[in-house]
Amino acid sequence: MKAKIVITPKKAVVDPQGKTVRSALEQMGHQGIQAVHVGKYLEIELDGADREAARKSLDEACHKFLSNPVIEDYRLEIE
Amino acid sequence: MNFAVLQFPASNCDQDAVHALRDVFGHSARYVWHKETALGDTDAVIVPGGFSYGDYLRCGAIARFSPVMQAVKQFADNGGLVLGICNGFQVLTEAGLLPGALVRNRDLQFHCEHIFLKTVTPDSPFTGKIPAGKSLRIPIAHGEGCYFADESTLVGLKANNQILWQYCSATGDVTESANPNGSLLNIAGICNLRRNVAGLMPHPERACEPLLASDDGRWIFESMIAALEKKTAAKAA
Repeated sequence: MKAKIVITPKKAVVDPQGKTVRSALEQMGHQGIQAVHVGKYLEIELDGADREAARKSLDEACHKFLSNPVIEDYRLEIE
Repeated sequence: MNFAVLQFPASNCDQDAVHALRDVFGHSARYVWHKETALGDTDAVIVPGGFSYGDYLRCGAIARFSPVMQAVKQFADNGGLVLGICNGFQVLTEAGLLPGALVRNRDLQFHCEHIFLKTVTPDSPFTGKIPAGKSLRIPIAHGEGCYFADESTLVGLKANNQILWQYCSATGDVTESANPNGSLLNIAGICNLRRNVAGLMPHPERACEPLLASDDGRWIFESMIAALEKKTAAKAA
């Protein structure tokens, strides 16, 4: 099994990286870009086949350690 | 007084802190390695600046789970004084000992310069000796020092007088142009509700001797030392 975790800055947090990437894209001529949010992507390789147990365990890890709930949101997928 | 200065892999202001405490103030200071599980005979803890564990994942995120931080949490829970400087401030927010978080500077630049600090309140063990109305000239050196907290946390910080220092101009005005990193409310340092744990992004330990262009940082350590002496005297009485 593999877990895929996407961590993004919360909307209320100023994201200067996202803003800079957005203006660079505009400068390159890309149209219609409303906003860019720069986050992190983690891939975790897992032993075993119990998806629910893995989800529960990693959800806790995301909340306590892999993301900071004060400034970030996360999305966890297990496949 | 006995100060414990934590050492994580890639701490780099630990020696500055120990030098200031020992050689400038004449107190005992020792290094405590991140794998230690106890602080020993300690009156106050300094969580120093640097890039603990390479700042991997997020600044302070990994240091928070180190064995020594469990001892620091217990020390703080018992009312012990803890000061986090720069990366140490980030570690304390990650550990939940202080509210909010530190994110990338708004201009994405690493800022290494002297700034001015306004002390918002003398009512803490970290600010008690700072002369009223004095703007402290102290260096900063960080890329992720932009203080963020949600609105209700900010309201609580203000209501409970937990904002200790704000970035200001040389004349003490808290202005947008004096804010080096985009911190909300120009916040440079805060304390917890109990007022025994504080963190700030600027480096007072690098400004304790005139040779270093400013000795305004002394006031923060002198405040801590005075608070500790008062505590010791109260215990003895």
